[in-house]
Amino acid sequence: MQSSLDLFLRSLWPIASGALVATIPLALVSFAIGLALALVVALMRLSGNAVLSGVARFYVSVIRGTPLLVQLFIVFYGLPSLGVRLDPWPSAIIAFSLNVGGYAAEVIRAAILSVPKGQWEAAHTIGMSRGLALRRIVLPQAARVSVPPLSNTFISLVKDTSLASVILVTELFRQARQIATVSNEFMLLYLEAALVYWLICLVLSAGQNVLEKRLDRHVAH
Amino acid sequence: MSPTDRPDAGDRADGATGAGGAGPVLRVRGLRKSFGDVEVLRGVDLEVRRGEVVALVGPSGSGKTTFLRTLNGLEVPSGGVVTPRDGRPLDFDRPVPKRDLLRLRDQSAMVFQQFNLFPHLTVLQNVTEGPVRVQRRDPAEAREQALALLGRVGLRDRADAYPVELSGGQQQRVGIVRALALEPDLLLFDEPTSALDPELVGDVLAVMRQLADEGWTMVVVTHELDFARRVASEVVFLDDGVVVERGRPEDVLTDPREPRTRRFLRRLLDPLDEPGPEAAPDA
Repeated sequence: MQSSLDLFLRSLWPIASGALVATIPLALVSFAIGLALALVVALMRLSGNAVLSGVARFYVSVIRGTPLLVQLFIVFYGLPSLGVRLDPWPSAIIAFSLNVGGYAAEVIRAAILSVPKGQWEAAHTIGMSRGLALRRIVLPQAARVSVPPLSNTFISLVKDTSLASVILVTELFRQARQIATVSNEFMLLYLEAALVYWLICLVLSAGQNVLEKRLDRHVAH
Repeated sequence: MSPTDRPDAGDRADGATGAGGAGPVLRVRGLRKSFGDVEVLRGVDLEVRRGEVVALVGPSGSGKTTFLRTLNGLEVPSGGVVTPRDGRPLDFDRPVPKRDLLRLRDQSAMVFQQFNLFPHLTVLQNVTEGPVRVQRRDPAEAREQALALLGRVGLRDRADAYPVELSGGQQQRVGIVRALALEPDLLLFDEPTSALDPELVGDVLAVMRQLADEGWTMVVVTHELDFARRVASEVVFLDDGVVVERGRPEDVLTDPREPRTRRFLRRLLDPLDEPGPEAAPDA
């Protein structure tokens, strides 16, 4: 028991540092790129242009219809046979960004559609172009609607980064696995990894609440 | 009120008195609009001169709101000619380029039945958004103008509130101020009091009457016949996509020539009145 506690405490820093130097940065960077991508894809789908909207629809369909693990393998192990050899980190960021882009695009599209038509019209009647109306009037309102589902996407992403361990990114879970293999304490180390993921997600949920409150201040009290 | 209150009030009043000399702010000829197979407007004419207040009245489904929305391009007409103030006509029997639609849209501002204030912006930001972001006016100056205009409708102290914190009547007055701040040639009102509780209607109508007195050019879709009678320079009665009758309010609203107008007015003014000889069986 004493040695288990000791191992737990000694493993805590390697695992936490795996979170700090890999899991969290990987999630943040992929989410930022994925969101930007998602906005573009959502606007393509809403553009009314058959080609753009068709491309967007196809992309979302492929991303949502294939496992993330397979997407990671295609980028990291598959592309080299086409002559594209990427390091683990860029591979992970590309795969995660594309994945977030597919899911978040649907969230953003729905959020934009949830803004009443009258808001567009009012924006147009004060002289705004479509782009300006989108940026100043519609997206801020869509943002509020999309915080809960996008928080879900982000929390899923944080946990999904554990898949990057199979393409050799030394993140939280890979640290735990390595210690487990050496110490033969699998249950302890995997529980410890789970605990750290859970703590990160608790913080994120709290952050979501703060953000929702901030964005809700203009809604009926 | 401060002098910055309405920098152009005098100018507009002059424009109103000198309206005979100036060209119309808007001229519409043979305007048609279809939604699919349904022809909602079937050749409507209208001319609005500077300082005039045109009241569009008619039963629901008559096409009056659609007509109003074609006047700023929110609905693109299926046919007919619309000539904005600059005198260069837009011929909707052919495809009309987007920049021409913008030319039409930018000369007017609109007040909506459902207010359509921007819920994520404060009252003040709602008003300054157009002047600052679209017209690129100086933010400080736009702010002063907005506060002065809000003061005129009794809402200066609510400048930092969000729309949701206001009553319907207050929201609509903000909607009017938002339109005024753009200093448009033409104000369009789409049933501005229809969504309000009866006791809040008066405040909004009072503001609109004041605007008319100051010489603003207005086209108003309304069921408030009393307002139309007292404020409008012309009443246009639309039914089934055509103008049935038009003229001075005292004529159209008091002594209409057309049976359809009479029927509509009787139903609206005095639903309990006994039917007259020209009333249809369903009246």
